[in-house]
Amino acid sequence: MTPPATPAPVVAAPAFSTGRFRAEREADWIAFDLLLTKLEKKGAKALTSDELLQLPLLYRATLSSLSIARATSLDKALLDHLEALSIRGYFLVYGVRETRWSRVRRFFLYDWPAAVRSVWKETIVIALIIILGALTSYSLVAHQPEWYFNFVPEEMAGGRDPRATAEYLQSTLGHGKAAGEQESGLHVFATFLFTHNSQVSILSFALGFAFGVPTMMLEYYQGIGLGAMLAVFANKGLGFDFGGWLFIHGTTELFAAALSGAAGLRIGTAVVFPGARGRLEAASDAGRTAGKVMVGVILMLLVAGLLEGFGRQLITDTLLRYGIGTLMLLFWLAYYYVPRREDVT
Amino acid sequence: MTAASNLKLREARAKKIRQFITPEGVDLELKIASAGLRLGALVVDLTLIVVALLVFSFLIAWVGVGSKSDIAYVVWMLGFFALRTFWFIGFELGQRAATPGKRLMGIRVVARDGGRLTADAVVARNLIRELELFLPLMMLGNGISEDAISGWTVLAGVLWSLTLSLFLLFNRDRMRMGDLIAGTWVVMAQRVKLDADIGVAGDQMGAIAFTEAELSVYGIFELQELERVLRARDARAMREVADTIRAKIGRPVAEEDDVFLLNYYRQLKARLERKLLFGKRREDKYASD
Repeated sequence: MTPPATPAPVVAAPAFSTGRFRAEREADWIAFDLLLTKLEKKGAKALTSDELLQLPLLYRATLSSLSIARATSLDKALLDHLEALSIRGYFLVYGVRETRWSRVRRFFLYDWPAAVRSVWKETIVIALIIILGALTSYSLVAHQPEWYFNFVPEEMAGGRDPRATAEYLQSTLGHGKAAGEQESGLHVFATFLFTHNSQVSILSFALGFAFGVPTMMLEYYQGIGLGAMLAVFANKGLGFDFGGWLFIHGTTELFAAALSGAAGLRIGTAVVFPGARGRLEAASDAGRTAGKVMVGVILMLLVAGLLEGFGRQLITDTLLRYGIGTLMLLFWLAYYYVPRREDVT
Repeated sequence: MTAASNLKLREARAKKIRQFITPEGVDLELKIASAGLRLGALVVDLTLIVVALLVFSFLIAWVGVGSKSDIAYVVWMLGFFALRTFWFIGFELGQRAATPGKRLMGIRVVARDGGRLTADAVVARNLIRELELFLPLMMLGNGISEDAISGWTVLAGVLWSLTLSLFLLFNRDRMRMGDLIAGTWVVMAQRVKLDADIGVAGDQMGAIAFTEAELSVYGIFELQELERVLRARDARAMREVADTIRAKIGRPVAEEDDVFLLNYYRQLKARLERKLLFGKRREDKYASD
């Protein structure tokens, strides 16, 4: 450290004076301020090794100055400055421990699958709710097709309702050339679906806060739409084809939907049943896990969007669609649930 | 001002301060950011998002018209989604843990337990925003666009979502729903420039010597108010304060106001600081010496 340039203290009388205290240490504060500004603007890479070594020294010097100043000085401007400087320093010195790249790497390798694993109970509950929703509407629509209009809004159905002919329904599944005409609009459609689904997932996560009830309702409703649609196609003998149309991206998308619901439910249950911890602590623990799951969910939905927009349109063979859907499902299951050796950090 | 109101003022300030002890054992005394500052930050951020979106749209429209394809529309939708979802997350993951709006207001996000602000906490606290910010707007939008729903349902929806949005007004720590979930706080993080020390007798001023009795009428609170006035250098305020002090200690108007105040400040400060060294802290003029 460069020795601070000490101007000769003007007041000579007392052995300790706040004026001299400031004169002796001011150079350190200024140096620390400059270092922090550089770090904030350009990141850790901009610092030389010499400066990196100085950082903790200057930080501790500033903290000790703050302690002394609090006990001895009444100069408000000085106290405020030291306080603000110490706060900035603390967050920088204790904040930068990892590069962004290693953060990303750790997230994909460990944090994300670990977070998903830890909400497995909630995932099963939500999955059952979605299936229950699908079964409810399926059995209702299969016996009385009029029910369909209660479940799926007219404009969303796009003609895919019980009144449509088998040929028309077949054509909406993207076999043959009938769908090829709108090919230009496909990626627009896929993007729309991705952003829409992400928004719904985020909402079902966020709603978990209200004790998880709205989340479960939202997921049940998702199942309802699915089941009703399935029933319409199954009634016309297209159940198997529709399954393939759905399967290719559906395994990824529904998995993501279930996970987002699970993340919401985790928060809801933590708020209602905090256990031995305080309610606040329980909620924030759950929130962090759920946050990790949600980043994963959005990435999964992106994959699902790509599969839906491109994979489904390019691959028209039903069996192949089933194959890809199954592969994706196996991939996600393996990624999340196959145990691995983790670094304990 | 009475002793009670003085005390109340100090207590109100202390209410906003939270203990935050670093591993070195120093209490940083973080101050909770007020609801007003946070609203200001939000407004700035939303404005910036809208401006960015407009610029982005024009750019896309310009390129899109040229290339005549849907790709432009796709890029626009993805851009809109990214902007809306990741504006807050992206900025808060940075070194300053603050969006541009927060930076402007001098506030930042910190982890409540004193640890590092982790990425998952930032994600969680900002995804909840969807619920607090966009849900009420959506409800309002729905209510306006669809006459089918009855007015009361809309009203109930808006009220319900407003309680979510205004949650931070109802707790001491000014935590949003998202802060609660993520275990975070929003605190003051202003930069304070180091002003020149006005306490040291640098230049030769005609030193006016005050007696012990004259100095013993005030405490720390008054000293720091005096410092504020001296630093602001507003002639009228100085006149007023100087007259008050002169009346209090019974001195005739003999010197310039600023000379008088500066000398009084220095000697009062020296006296109070000397007492501090002996462990005697006198909060204000009502406290006993």
